[in-house]
Order: sequence, then structure tokens, then C-alpha cells
Amino acid sequence: MAGTVWAPTLPSRTTSDRLRVRKTYKLYVDGAFPRSESGRSYPVTNPAGELLAHAAQASRKDVRDAVVAARKAFPGWSAATAYNRGQVLYRIAEMLDGRREQFAAEVRNAEGGSAAAALATVAQAIDRWVWYAGWADKYAQVTGSANPVAGPYFNFSLPEPTGVVGALAPQESSLLGLVSVLAPIITTGNTTVVVASRERPLPAVSLTEVLATSDLPGGVVNVLTGYPGELAPWLASHRDVNAVDLTGVDPADRPALQQAAADNVKRVYTPADEDWRSDPSTARLAAFVETKTVWHPVEV
Amino acid sequence: MSSTLSGLDLRDVTRDDAALRRFLSGLPGVDQVGAEARAAGLATRSIKTTAKAWAIDTAISMVDLTTLEGADTPGKVRSMCAKAVHPDPSDLTTPAVAAVCVYPDLVETAVNALRGTTVQVASVATAFPSGRAPLPTKLADVRDAVAAGATEIDMVIDRGAFLAGRYLQVYEEIVATREACGSAHLKVILETGELATLDNVRRASWLALLAGGEFIKTSTGKITPAATPPVALVMLEAVRDFAQTTYELRGVKLAGGIRTSKEAIRYLVMVNEIAGEQWLDPSLFRFGASSLLNDLLLQRHKLRTGAYDGADYVTLD
Amino acid sequence: MPAFEYAPAPESRDVARLRASYGIFVDGRFRAGAGEAIKTVNPANEEPLAEVAEAGPADVDDAVRAARTAFDGAWGRMPGRERAKYLFRIARAIQERARELAVLESLDNGKPIRESRDVDVPLAAAHFFYYAGWADKLEHAGFGPRPRPIGVAGQVIPWNFPLLMAAWKIAPALATGNTVVLKPAETTPLSALTLAEIIAEADLPAGTVNILAGGPSIGQAIVDHDGIDKIAFTGSTEVGKAIQRAVAGTGKRLSLELGGKAANIVFDDAALDQAVEGIVNGIFFNQGHVCCAGSRLLVQESVIDDVIAALHRRLTTLRLGDPLDKNTDIGAINSAAQLARIRELTDAGEEEGATRWSPPCELPDRGFWFAPTVFTNVSPAHRIAREEIFGPVLSVLTFRTPAEAVEKANNTPYGLSAGIWTEKGSRILSIAGKLRAGVVWANTFNRFDPGSPFGGYQESGFGREGGRHGLGPYLA
Repeated sequence: MAGTVWAPTLPSRTTSDRLRVRKTYKLYVDGAFPRSESGRSYPVTNPAGELLAHAAQASRKDVRDAVVAARKAFPGWSAATAYNRGQVLYRIAEMLDGRREQFAAEVRNAEGGSAAAALATVAQAIDRWVWYAGWADKYAQVTGSANPVAGPYFNFSLPEPTGVVGALAPQESSLLGLVSVLAPIITTGNTTVVVASRERPLPAVSLTEVLATSDLPGGVVNVLTGYPGELAPWLASHRDVNAVDLTGVDPADRPALQQAAADNVKRVYTPADEDWRSDPSTARLAAFVETKTVWHPVEV
Repeated sequence: MSSTLSGLDLRDVTRDDAALRRFLSGLPGVDQVGAEARAAGLATRSIKTTAKAWAIDTAISMVDLTTLEGADTPGKVRSMCAKAVHPDPSDLTTPAVAAVCVYPDLVETAVNALRGTTVQVASVATAFPSGRAPLPTKLADVRDAVAAGATEIDMVIDRGAFLAGRYLQVYEEIVATREACGSAHLKVILETGELATLDNVRRASWLALLAGGEFIKTSTGKITPAATPPVALVMLEAVRDFAQTTYELRGVKLAGGIRTSKEAIRYLVMVNEIAGEQWLDPSLFRFGASSLLNDLLLQRHKLRTGAYDGADYVTLD
Repeated sequence: MPAFEYAPAPESRDVARLRASYGIFVDGRFRAGAGEAIKTVNPANEEPLAEVAEAGPADVDDAVRAARTAFDGAWGRMPGRERAKYLFRIARAIQERARELAVLESLDNGKPIRESRDVDVPLAAAHFFYYAGWADKLEHAGFGPRPRPIGVAGQVIPWNFPLLMAAWKIAPALATGNTVVLKPAETTPLSALTLAEIIAEADLPAGTVNILAGGPSIGQAIVDHDGIDKIAFTGSTEVGKAIQRAVAGTGKRLSLELGGKAANIVFDDAALDQAVEGIVNGIFFNQGHVCCAGSRLLVQESVIDDVIAALHRRLTTLRLGDPLDKNTDIGAINSAAQLARIRELTDAGEEEGATRWSPPCELPDRGFWFAPTVFTNVSPAHRIAREEIFGPVLSVLTFRTPAEAVEKANNTPYGLSAGIWTEKGSRILSIAGKLRAGVVWANTFNRFDPGSPFGGYQESGFGREGGRHGLGPYLA
């Protein structure tokens, strides 16, 4: 007798006259939606194990291309006025809010739980975008300073964005955690390559559709889906990446990445576990800025 | 600031390199943010109806219709010359352009094609566009073009020498080129994109004017950035101030990157409000362009017919 | 006839959606005020624009009561993150209705459409955007871990930037959790009342913002009202002092943004063409109806001739006329009263012996108009060097050394703003450090940003608007 044959666990059939047009989940790089250059994909399931869709499985070359895109976008994004960045971020919140129900369904598919809980999570994610949008033109006022040095010099310190940031999104919190990691990076003018949650990548991909319709310049945010275990080392060792956010990396796996990051003295952010539902501090904003201090004599 | 601009004997200034450098450094600085803000403010002028019609026709009459490609042939040049004389075969009230602009070896073709018309023949010269050749070669280039019948010469300055501070060398090369022009008039291309700062644009403008250039010109059109509003602003201020000091009127030519009527009209507003209405004449202001002419014609059609046009309604060069 | 004659390029008046009559906005609803119904007039041609049913004293009581209820209730209890979203809504709505508001402002105030379109309205929206972002971040603003609002704010604003001044007042007040009773100037109520519509459409809880059209007596009633915890006033120094006296001993918080007689200092090494632009912008922007106008030009004596020659040349390209024409640079004076004051002071200037000059300028027959005017050979002892004219009139003085420039610049009871024109960075920093002015512009002038604190020293008032500092006046 033949052994049992593997078959995907499919969600129960819904009867309907009209066939849905299913979405293809792709990467988001340089403002466009390519498949992985490797052509690979992998199945994504809900917590019950039922198949939701296949997501692109990014490769090291996708990482490479995403970093190129992020680097190219950096001069423009970092030189935009803080007001302009705040406007773009606020527009992202507008677009997200318009798609509340869609995202709630995606979150519920990814994480389970009740419909009400999913809607509450999405609401919080939107409010978090708004919170970070409002920081864009204020962060420098709170952390910058005119320093009263001893001598006839005007001396001031300002925060500047660090550059291209590689970020590993939280594995569990597929939207709220993702937003809490992504927003602070770009608020201060950095550009980024984000690796989505391995098991729960679909809300991230839908988020990229929101980004693409929000006047966010291409390349400022790049999102790769796939196996973070495969992709993270390439980000951590990449010499054109200035910082890495290891939020979504298991603490046991962090040391190896920190070692790799030391090669070009990357800034490495290794936070403790966070409750995404609590109001954030400014720690994530501070993590990816450099402080520049300027002196100038004062005399007629 | 005041003593360098009012009534100084400018021959003293070009006595030697040090004197020239002191003069040029003594010119008022240009605050870039302020200059950009002024240019942006002038761009808010709304030019409609009769004013727009006048501006379009004036702009057409100021065009130096240009082809400067390695692939240029006599056929291409003849075709462009026909367009220069009658830009719009469907409307013969359209003014002719001011000049055509070609490489020296095609001057003869242009001269033959334009004989008996009002359209001048301008030639680039002096190892255009880079200017990187020994001076005798550059001057020979000029003489050949003039001998072939060019009435206007567009030279390039030595940007390397300028950026290295050898101002007197740049000056003397312009003077020598002016002499080689004979009765042709000289436009001096500063290549402002390579000069990079507005302070340099001001200094190079004055240097070219002191050396006798009839026109100062922004660019070769071969690099970007080429003509931009703040650069045009500084050059128009230079000819204005030069006229105030020496009572001589010199012209400005903007070349490179001007493709739309809207931009051209904005520049005419700038000429009007910065230099003054004397400069609103082809003898003192030119646009070096190729595709601009067609956009001017399309806008001219729209004003006449009230409807937007498409590319099939204007001719290829 | 000039070679290049700019044809008329009028913005369409219809865009303003002018109504026949406007009411006051109290407790979330529009109603006719119990006071006089006045006609607000277009200063460019003296034609009536609309009828405005002004507030009466009972309306002030209702408004303050509604504001108190909202403060104790819906608005006061609201978390900052929700307040933020209301303010973002208002900002967005201002952007959407930008053209409508700009045309309305030009009709009611007389300022050129180019300015209301490119400066007033965008800055008003930006102010709401900026302060929206503070509403849920107050603990980071440097005012302690739990900053609290004061209560009900009474706000009285002037006619020179009607919508923008309303934004400067309302945005920080709401962001910090206060509620508002605001009175626009009597000659320019329309944009504030349209802002009231925007606020109503944004669904703010009733009573959070109340807007009452009215004259000085209504302003007085607001200032004197027991139910008001905090007063914010922008206007003349004379009225500001009266308010300060009225408030003495009441425990009410106060912030004042008053007049100025700013010195615009041009050194011999200034970038001349840009300095001339800065001089022109400094005194002729908004017809000189600007508290921070650069109304005293201080030029280093060695370059006075060049600067004046360049200035005269530049002024001949200014276009005075119909505020709705997109090419107009100089609009109408806001009222007959203001025009009379400008004339009185310029007449005095001539009598005092200063040399008066204006570019050739055709003034329309109807409406309130004054040609841009430059007085040279002005001495510090002249009235036109001391008193705020609040019109398109520049007084030019000279100085010999940087120290003398500072001395002359500071020789005034005012202290709102100043300008410095020089290419030398260290000099900018040194002079800026010595000027008694709340805002110093170096190599620029009349630049505003919601993130940049604005306010004066001495008789130009106290308190700051804009920036993190702008939160302070609205926190307990």
C-alpha cells in the first residue's frame, strides 16, 4: 500500500457565484514590485496551518539590489524638509486608514484572534504612524542643542540620519510591530531594507502597496519576504549598510550578526522584547541618527 | 563694493593676474538662497493673452536654432535652415528665428541656405565643447568659421584655467578670440554647470565682458546643469551692472535645457525685471535651443485656435 | 508703453464662495450674533463683500461657557493622540480649500493673491500640521513629565494676517488641550469664520473653538471675562499695554505679540542684489502691514549711494494694483483709518526734513492705496524713525561701524525683529547676539515657519509662537 501523500491544508471552500481575483505577493524594491530574482516562493499559512498564499522568497541578490535602491534614495529623502517627510508619513496613515478592514482581515489571517482585536491592532498601527509623522519636524528640536562652550564660538549639535538601515521585522506582530520598527527609521531621514516576518509576511506586503501610493519616493523603503535566517547575514555584513535593527532576530542568533556588523562599524540596535501596544519612547528615533556638532567664531 | 563698480578704469583691472583677481573677488557676493528665491518669485508672474502672444513671438525671434551633433550632415543643416526662416509653414506670420548655430565645418552649408534672409549664422568654435586644445588650434577654428561666412562665434572659456585661478589666461584667450572674430560678434560660453557656484558665474561673466565678449552665454548644452533661473539672474545682473559702469550694452544667451514656452516666457520676465526692457531684443538676448522652437509654435497655435495641439502639427527640423 | 506689458491675470473671485452673510460660531453652531450687523468691505475698491452679524456681550458669555464645558468635558478628557488627529484634519482641510481661502483673504484684507496663496494659507496649514504632532508628545517637549493645559484661552488677533494669526493662536492652544474663544479683527472676519466651518466639518467637540466677530468692545469683554484663564493678543503695543493693565491682579496668564520698528542692517560686504531683495521684502511684503517689518534700513555709510540706487531701480518693477491680479506685488491698505495714519506719519517725515521718494505709481481711484515710499536722510530723532507706521514706508539711516549699527538698532523700546546683511559669518553671529530682538534674520527676511519661535523683546511683547517654545504659553 502506498504511503500517505502530502497535500496542502486549504481553507474551507466558500461557495459563491463570483470567483475572486487572488493577489500575488511580491517584493517591494525601488518603488516597484518585482518577484525574487531567484524565482523562489514559499507557502504562507494561518495559525491553523491553512494555506493563505505564496510569498516571494528573497535571495542575497535581492538584498543586494534593495540596498542599492535604498542608497540611491538616501540623498533625496534625507535632504527633504522635515515638514515634507512628515507630510508623506501622514499620508501613509491616511492610506492605511482607508484600508482598515482589508488590513484587519490580513492581520487576523496572519495572527488569528477575533475580528475586533484585529481592528484594534490596525487602529493602533495607524495611530503609531501618525505619532511618528508628527516627530519628523520636532525631533531635532528635542535632541539638538546650541552648546554654551567656553570661548567666542557658536556651537550647535544636530541629529542627522545615519544612512541605509537594515531592519528585521518582528516575527509575531505582523503589522503593529512592523510599523513600530519601520516608521522611526524613515522619520529621521534614513532609508531602509526591511525583512518581513517569516511566517507572517502578508500584511507587510500589503503595507508596501500603501507606501507606493503615498508619495513616498521609490527606494526609501524596500521590503523583502523570505527566510530572515538566510537574508539577515547578508544585511549584517553589507558594507553599504550603516545600521541594522535586530528586533525580529531571536536573541540566540544575534551575536553572529553583531560580529558581522563590526566589519564596517555598523550601528546595531538590539532591543529587549517590547509590548507593541504600549506607547513607544524615543529610543528607536535615537537609534539611527548621528550627531553633528559645528563650531563658528563669533566676532565682528 | 561701491568703488569697484562706479567709474573705475577697467584697463587697470586687467593689468596683471593679481589685479584681475582682486577685482573679481571684490565684486559683491551672491547669496545663493536669496538668488534662488528671487528667481522663484519672478516665476510666479502670470503672463496671459496679449502679453503671452507678444512673449511667444519675441521668444521665437530670439532663438538660435541649434544642431551640434557628431552625426550632423549638410542635409540636416539645410533642413534646419529652412525651418529657421519659416518655422511654421501653415502660418507665415510666424517670425523667423535670430540665427542658426552649427559646427564650423557646416557653416558654408548654412550660409548658402540662408543667403538673402535675416537669419544669422553662428558657429561654435575654440574646440567646442571642452575647450581643451592649444590656443593656436582654437584660434584657427575661429578663423575658419569666420572665413566660411559665420557672423557670430560661440566660444568656450577654459574652465580648467578659471577654476585653477588663472584668470588672466582666460581673459587673454577671450581677447585673442575676439580679435580672430573680426567683424563677427563673439559669444562667450561660461559653461556655468562646471563653474558650480553663483559667485563663479558672476566673476566669469565680468571677466568675459571685460575681455570684449558681445554676449555671455551659459552653456554648451552638452552637460547638465545648463541654463537655470538663478544662473540667468546673475548673468543678467552682470550685463546690467556692466552697462551702468561702462555705458556698453552686452547680451546674454541662455542655452541648454530650455524646452518649454513656459520656461522661455519666465526668462523673458526675468530679462524685463532684472536687466530692463532694452534687453528684450535679439541683439541683446538669445535662447540657444532646438526643441524649444516647436513648443513655442504649439503654444502659438493654442493662442490662435484655443485648442491644445500635438506634435504632428509642427514640422521636424 | 512698456515693451513687455503684462496683461491682467486675475484669479477668479468666485473661488472664494463668498456668502451674503456670515454669523458667529459658538458651541459648535453658527448663529447671528446679538451685536451689530456690519458690512465688511473690500479695501481695494470700498465695495461691501458680506454682512457679518457681530457678537454681543451675551454671545461672549455663551462662548466662554461653552469653552469651559468642552474643557471640563470632551476636549479636556481627550487623549493627546486623538486631539492630534483633529488638528491634522484641520490642516488637511485648509490645504484642500487653499485657493478658496486665499482669494477670500485677498478680498477681505487687500493683500495680493500671490501672497495669500503662497505665504498666508500654506503657513496656516503648516502651523496646524506642526502643532498636531505635539499634541501626543508633550512629555517630550521639555515642560516636565505631565504638562497640563491652562483652561479656556481668549484670543484676539489683528487684521494683517487674519487666517494665519488665527492658526498661530488656535493650533498650539488646542494641541496642549486648552479650549478657545477667538475674535478676529473687525475689518477682516471672513477667513476666520470660514476656518470655523472647517473646524465644524472636522467634527471637533462643540465649544472647543468659538469664533466671535466683533469690534474692540467684544475684545475687551473677552479679556475681562472671569471665565477666561489665559489671554493671547496680537496687535498694537498701545492696546497690548491696556490689556496688561486690565489683567493685572486677576491671575490670568498673558502672552502679547505687539508692534515693532525693526532695523534691517546692511554692511558694506553684503551680497548687494540679495540685500536689496531683503530690503524690499522686509518693508513692502504685505504692504508693510507686518509687526516685524524691516521699517528702518540701516546702511553702512560707505555704500549708501550704491544701495539706494539699486533700491530705487528695484522699486520701479513693483506692481501696485488689484489684489486679485496674480502679478500684483503691492495691494491695498486695509482701511481708511490705517491709510490716514500712514499719511500723517509720512507728512511728518517730510516736515522733519527727510527726503521722500516713491517710484512712479498709478493709484486706483477707489479703495485705500499708498505708493511704496522711501525716506532717506532720516535721523534717529525723526518720528518716522521711532514710530511704527505699519505701511509701505521705509526710513533709511546710516552707520559707520558695527558697534554703531547695533547701538542704533537697539535704540528703541521695541524689540521684535532685525535683519543683518553681510557675507561674514562671524559677524552675523556676533551682531545677532547683540541685537535686542526676538527674531533675527541674517541674509534673509520675513521668513516664517511653524517650527521657528516668533516673538519680541520689551515693548514688542512677550511669549513665543511657533516651535517647541510656542507650547509654553498654553501650559499650566
